[in-house]
Amino acid sequence: MSGHESTYKPNTGIEKWLDDRLPIIRLAHDSFVDFPTPKNLNYWYTFGGILAVCLAIQIITGVVLAMHYTATVNEAFGSVERIMRDVPFGWLIRNIHMVGASMFFLAVYVHMFRGLYYGSYKAPREVLWLLGCVIFLLMMATAFLGYMLPWGQMSLHGANVIINLFGAIPLVGEGIQSWLMGGPSVGNQTLQRFFSLHYLLPFMIAGVVILHIWALHVPGNNNPTGKEVQDVEKDTIPFHPYYTVKDGFAIVVFLIIFAVFVFYAPNVLGHADNYIEANPLVTPAHIVPEWYLLPFYAILRAITFNIGPIEAKLLGVIFMFGAIAVLFLLPWLDTSKVKSMRYRPVAKQFFFGFVVACLLLSWCGASNPDDPVISMGEDKLVVSYTDVAGIEGTRVFEEYAPAAQFRDEQTAAGATASLAVQAAPAFRFLHLSQIMTAYYFAYFLLILPILGLRERPKGEPDSIHQSILGHDAPAAAPAE
Amino acid sequence: MKLFRPLLVGLGAMALGLTAHAAGGAKHAHGPDEGWPFAKVPAGQLDSESVQRGFQVYKEVCSSCHGMKLLSYRNLGEKGGPFYSDEYPNANDNPLVKAIAAEVEILDPNPDENGDPVYRPAIPADTFRSPYPNDQAAMAANGGAMPPDLSVITKARGHGAEGEGASYIYSLMTGYKDDKIKTKVGEDGLNVNYIEFDDGETVGTLTQPTGLYYNPYFAGDATPQWDGDPRHVPYGGFLAMAPQLPEGRVEYIDGTEATTSQMAYDVAQFLQWAGDPKQGQRKSLALPVMIYLVLLSILLWFSYKRIWRNVAH
Repeated sequence: MSGHESTYKPNTGIEKWLDDRLPIIRLAHDSFVDFPTPKNLNYWYTFGGILAVCLAIQIITGVVLAMHYTATVNEAFGSVERIMRDVPFGWLIRNIHMVGASMFFLAVYVHMFRGLYYGSYKAPREVLWLLGCVIFLLMMATAFLGYMLPWGQMSLHGANVIINLFGAIPLVGEGIQSWLMGGPSVGNQTLQRFFSLHYLLPFMIAGVVILHIWALHVPGNNNPTGKEVQDVEKDTIPFHPYYTVKDGFAIVVFLIIFAVFVFYAPNVLGHADNYIEANPLVTPAHIVPEWYLLPFYAILRAITFNIGPIEAKLLGVIFMFGAIAVLFLLPWLDTSKVKSMRYRPVAKQFFFGFVVACLLLSWCGASNPDDPVISMGEDKLVVSYTDVAGIEGTRVFEEYAPAAQFRDEQTAAGATASLAVQAAPAFRFLHLSQIMTAYYFAYFLLILPILGLRERPKGEPDSIHQSILGHDAPAAAPAE
Repeated sequence: MKLFRPLLVGLGAMALGLTAHAAGGAKHAHGPDEGWPFAKVPAGQLDSESVQRGFQVYKEVCSSCHGMKLLSYRNLGEKGGPFYSDEYPNANDNPLVKAIAAEVEILDPNPDENGDPVYRPAIPADTFRSPYPNDQAAMAANGGAMPPDLSVITKARGHGAEGEGASYIYSLMTGYKDDKIKTKVGEDGLNVNYIEFDDGETVGTLTQPTGLYYNPYFAGDATPQWDGDPRHVPYGGFLAMAPQLPEGRVEYIDGTEATTSQMAYDVAQFLQWAGDPKQGQRKSLALPVMIYLVLLSILLWFSYKRIWRNVAH
């Protein structure tokens, strides 16, 4: 925390000399060694460290991959495969980078949900949260750009879908679209600029991460009680060795999961179609983004109606970007004075509902919107016919045999008749995604603002150390 | 622990979601009954004899229509490849690989000193010969359908789990219903091929379009050709490739009996190798890495317990 005095003592001559000129060792010491950290951080708080590791892994493997990758439409696909085949341990580096993107998002989502649950976005940590949202946005851009580089079918057609979204913006949409593509269509020039930007953005992420850590170290960590540190002695311990070892353990457990994917199922998180070289003339049957973008894709597709003069396509784009924009407003939308949802029994229920909504949105994003989630009744058969007199009619059947017989009779009588399936009424993925989209926005725009004014918090401790004592003494009021 | 429960439920839903991008109406592909040797945990490896036989199947059957442009002959003799030998760590020296390459005549990428094209026997450094000079020629020779390149076909099918791509190849090659095809004379006097189905609710007749072949594992939609209940259309669709592996299509050098399923098994395993030639190295490195990480995590757990032993938290 910014308030605490530096305890760094340069011991050697060189350290003293450096400390007078550039106190970088002092900075590192105060930030990562002697930094007072609340005693009660649980494992959900280890994901910050895990994310730092993820970023480092992506940058290191990415720099090596860039040495061997060729960003032209004719050679990109082959060059990625050549990395897998001919570069020593190229298969390992590429698998780590590919799986690493998914692991990065897995960790960032846990990290964000943790922040949502413990109210880590509230004063005095609004800037910390905003910087995190910027990092999330940059991550999504970087991942999207990177997914294009292997130049498979999903790369090309996924890029097409996303870039076309910008075309929905009135007046300037088409201009933005061709500016992004660098030409009239997604082609070689698009691939080259995407590669350039894919290399650039991670370093911008790294820059914002530094600001993020800085903004963390001014107010200090939030913690599961949401109470600020009152007594450095009683409430905190130094970051090292206490949290270096705890984070270290969590990082290695995370790496075990990471390694399972890298070694046993490197392709399971991707889409098989991306191993078919891009062909603008063949469109894949289902274009789906990578799993971590599915909730936003579901929100985009959930909007199938116009509101006033705004058409559905543009509205979908507005909602999709709105889903991220609303995160930036969160610190001012949540009116509750209590940070941690541990002590907000009602808000807690809505929070878990929000987690489920996000997961269901992912499911919707991966599914065909017209497919039924729950089918109500059986599909029926309908025979449509136009008889010799030109009179049209339809008849509905449950069974195939009488339907076919009826059709054949009509045909024999000179009518034109055809038989088709009449789908049973169903609750479809489209409906599910619309409900979940509504909940997603309601959570931020209605539930959190209203609930904070009306709910009654329960069992909030006075301080961090009181909550810790509550753990140890079973007679005291349960902290959780 | 309270936090964990909904997340577990969520992960379950996520797993469901991930399996949900299944392809159209194709039948779910299956591997051989005993499973794929390379998909076994923790360190399954390819059956190299099967990969060798599979190469023979590719060479004698598939290669007349399907190219493998990402492979070079040298790959066959590299570590993990079907013809690797400890005596020849450099695959370019491997006499078997040299002989396989030399059987093929290719157009040299470099012309001679007069600028004329040069045809010569291939060397291990050359890429597999493409059966057609270009895509247009490939389509023209196959009724407009482009035979896909097979270099990474096992990674381009299924959903990315180990062995799903090979299972697709195996199911497709053994899945044709050619023994069920009947022929009648159609209204225009030409022969019409059809298949009668009587399988549970799927009852009816499927007419096979000329030049196409029905396969339940091929992604497609058979509805327009289906005379029967449209709510119960048979799985799969029609593809331009005729059944390729009738019994005895190849005569295996090692004397293995060339049944359809044996050839399908072998060629699927060859293509599995070709799609990811370093998978053997990946599998043999997997276990040591896992053991290392698990031991490290145990060590860190006890360090954590020890460091925190006097801190209430």
